[in-house]
Amino acid sequence: MSALIDARGLSCPEPAMNARKAMLAAGGGTIQILLDSVASRENVARAAAHLGWQAAVKDLPGGEFRMTLTK
Amino acid sequence: MAFPSRLLTSRWGAILTGAVIGVLAPVLVRWGNPGNMGVCVACFTRDVAGALGFHRAAAVQYLRPEIAGLILGSLAAALLFREFRPRGGSSPLARFLLGLFAAIGALVFLGCPWRAYLRLGGGDWNAIPGILGLAAGVGLGILCLRRGFSLGRSQGSPKALGFVMPALALGLLALLVLAPLFGRDAAGLPTGPVFFSAKGPGSQHAPLWIALAASLAIGFLAQRSRFCSVGAVRDLILLRDGQMFYGLVALVAAAALTNGALGQFRAGFAGQPLAHTATLWNFGGMVLAGLAFTLAGGCPGRQLFLSGEGDGDAAVFSLGLLTGAAVAHNFNLASSAAGPAPYGPASVLLGLAVCAVIGLTFREPAGAR
Repeated sequence: MSALIDARGLSCPEPAMNARKAMLAAGGGTIQILLDSVASRENVARAAAHLGWQAAVKDLPGGEFRMTLTK
Repeated sequence: MAFPSRLLTSRWGAILTGAVIGVLAPVLVRWGNPGNMGVCVACFTRDVAGALGFHRAAAVQYLRPEIAGLILGSLAAALLFREFRPRGGSSPLARFLLGLFAAIGALVFLGCPWRAYLRLGGGDWNAIPGILGLAAGVGLGILCLRRGFSLGRSQGSPKALGFVMPALALGLLALLVLAPLFGRDAAGLPTGPVFFSAKGPGSQHAPLWIALAASLAIGFLAQRSRFCSVGAVRDLILLRDGQMFYGLVALVAAAALTNGALGQFRAGFAGQPLAHTATLWNFGGMVLAGLAFTLAGGCPGRQLFLSGEGDGDAAVFSLGLLTGAAVAHNFNLASSAAGPAPYGPASVLLGLAVCAVIGLTFREPAGAR
């Protein structure tokens, strides 16, 4: 299962909350999330680590990030 | 810069920032700031509002350099670490209202969340109902978030817009140093643009350069560590993430130890500096503030740090806070050491109603992006 969440432009705590909700609902697999701030990137990575998911980040142009969460 | 930067964004960053605030705030009190008010974003914004003549409470007028320092310290960190990112457009008017009512709630209690924890670290037990109220307000905000509350997305804005708040901060510092007088009224009294208290808390302040240096350091650290006194409780409950909460614990512990070392720790309810003992409204004021801060995404300190990074929505919240501080005094809502003001309790109920409407009706439009 692979899903894409667009969390760009959302303020705290929505990016981490949305990612957490998706990870809990999926239970495993791959989730991609688009982010546009370093603080959100850190928050989502921490939420993933708490739930035992791996997070990999790819920098996109314009200061955006694509994070791939896998479990 | 890589190592200190990684340290500050790790769990130790929040602890270090909390500890630095906890040490510097009582030191600023020792240097002249009002009791248990080494750094208080709500009180200091209120003093700035008074100094600009937006309210006429003669005892609370001073252009607190700490407000400018927090913004400029964050700007410096954001520029240095390439996180300066001008943006805006996420329900600015709702954020203005949230800032306005957050100020009113905080001034019914007499302090922002930072000061609530600093008061606790000074032995002022009236802070306890305030902190419980804050947690209850954060809880109400979390209920709204779980129902899908969102103020919507921000978008990138022209770079110049990101420099507006830092420019305003520099302007405040210039007014503080130059203290210009633009005219006098018929009775010969100064018409402004700046007013300074001759007595009362507004007349109590640390030397400019010490206050500025301390707040620049706090702003720099907090931008890196994302320190947020409301997010600390919110993330613990909502995300089971305690990273920021340890920062709060560090703040209270450091403040208690520093106050103890300086002979400033006085435990009790009665006779605390710039505090009242009306438990219900210490609680109620902070329920309102906690809800407003949670819906706006962070405590007033965090809003200043985000403004320094170029976040125009956080800037609008901070300007709402400035307006709310003026309203709180002009409409006789702000408490004093004697207790709540005549219209304070009613304004808290009105604020809760407005925040409830915002919290229950704002959603990200379905199908957006």
